Amino acid sequence: MIDKSRLPAPTPTPETEHFWQGALKGELRLQRCDECSEVYFPPRPFCPACACRSVTVFAATGKATLLSYVINHRPHPAFDGPYSIAVVELEEGPRMMTNIINVEQVPEALPLDMALEVVFEPLSDKISIPYFQPVGGAS
Amino acid sequence: MKPGSVAIVGASETTELGKVPGMSQIQLHADAALNALADAGLKPSDIDGIACAGESPTGMAHYLGIVPTWADGTSVGGCSFMLHVRHAAAAINEGLCKTVLITHGESGRSGVGRGGFGGRGGGGSLSAQFEGLYGGMGPTTAFTIPFLRYMKETGTTLEQLASVAVVQRRWAADNPRASYRDPLTIEDVMTARMIAYPFTKLECCLVTDGGGALILTAAERATDFPTPPVYILGTGESVETPMISQMEDLTSSRAFRVSGRKAFDEAGIGHGEVDHLMVYDAFAHLPFYGLEDLGFCKRGEAGPFIEEGNTAPGGSLPMNTNGGGLSYMHSGMYGMYALQESVRQVRGTASAQVPDVNISVCHGVGGMFAASGTIIMGNQRPT
Repeated sequence: MIDKSRLPAPTPTPETEHFWQGALKGELRLQRCDECSEVYFPPRPFCPACACRSVTVFAATGKATLLSYVINHRPHPAFDGPYSIAVVELEEGPRMMTNIINVEQVPEALPLDMALEVVFEPLSDKISIPYFQPVGGAS
Repeated sequence: MKPGSVAIVGASETTELGKVPGMSQIQLHADAALNALADAGLKPSDIDGIACAGESPTGMAHYLGIVPTWADGTSVGGCSFMLHVRHAAAAINEGLCKTVLITHGESGRSGVGRGGFGGRGGGGSLSAQFEGLYGGMGPTTAFTIPFLRYMKETGTTLEQLASVAVVQRRWAADNPRASYRDPLTIEDVMTARMIAYPFTKLECCLVTDGGGALILTAAERATDFPTPPVYILGTGESVETPMISQMEDLTSSRAFRVSGRKAFDEAGIGHGEVDHLMVYDAFAHLPFYGLEDLGFCKRGEAGPFIEEGNTAPGGSLPMNTNGGGLSYMHSGMYGMYALQESVRQVRGTASAQVPDVNISVCHGVGGMFAASGTIIMGNQRPT
């Protein structure tokens, strides 16, 4: 279990507001360039590949694979034992940091490239945190 | 500077001024930057130098999609941009980069995503929003994340990771100023307390106190001093991203590659001419990335290269000869100590002196694979 009251609440900005609004609705939102079709993350109101200012927000599938991770063993006030900090690769291409949850936090249970899906858990009534879990839910 | 040798070819402010609550600080930088690029008819890919204050040049380069060979984050208050212009002129004249973007943006009234002087953006920064929620404990849980992917892609082993700490302890044994000098075995390293799997305590850098300083002058004057001159033969630098999750490739540092290539090109030397190497080792995997991204080893060969003793005392490429961040010292920004050891080796005054060092390569990292700097130095002035 993660004690989310002990995590530093993020402050959405005008450029990231759509992401956090989506998270509250259970949507993982990405952006796509209207000019060159680049899909990118984290959010910004222009394309980092071609600098075009016309971009579209869309909902990702929430499917991802486990790219790499560590299992932190030092005590953290929000976690009750060793926990994974991971980088996942979304089906659409972009990567993001997350915790892999609903699975034992040991290397044997966390093989690289395992299939993952996004799951949101509330930090507050304004912020929902995107986590990832093995496809099919809790093991 | 050389009068009239450099010109401004694009200039623009943000689209709106006054009260702009719809943009955070980093976006104000970017908005002005995109307008200036349009003014000059350029794309971000045309830019190879970046300077800014308030935001970090690493963050701005990543946000804008720029791959720089020169970055300046000088932040000395409101005149920072005058200094950036001057530094940019020197950089362009010296061939460090060709086209420099200098940005500024402050949400001075609305306070949106405001980081302040040299600040990292507080809770509104992209790092805070998209990496800060996951229980990170600083470098031990960020720098280390890419390594399991590197292992899988290259076949590198945990024993090879441990061998980095073992070899560097051998160098430290000959250095009375090293923090730790007792011999280590692979087993000692692998059974030490787990910090962030797969990294044990002995694969993470020390936390110590210390400092260092350098003095530079023109080569024409360099023989007028009490010590033998250490000439700067080549330099490189780059930045990639302040967010470890946003590296282009978790198994190779783009900033290392860009920085290293520029330094070798400037120096006009081949890898076979290098007698001594320093690779900033905040964690034991960094020398793998350094050896491969600088071109000393092919992909996946760095682990065996170190394990087989090639960087150890008596090896073909002595590396981290002070004991490194793992055994010598690490106060937080270790690069200064790497430079000091390269200077000592080139002067011939190191504790664990390598015989006949003519050329030393000193490679540093900033942040967690966020930035990179490479300095090549030697005891002979090129003719």
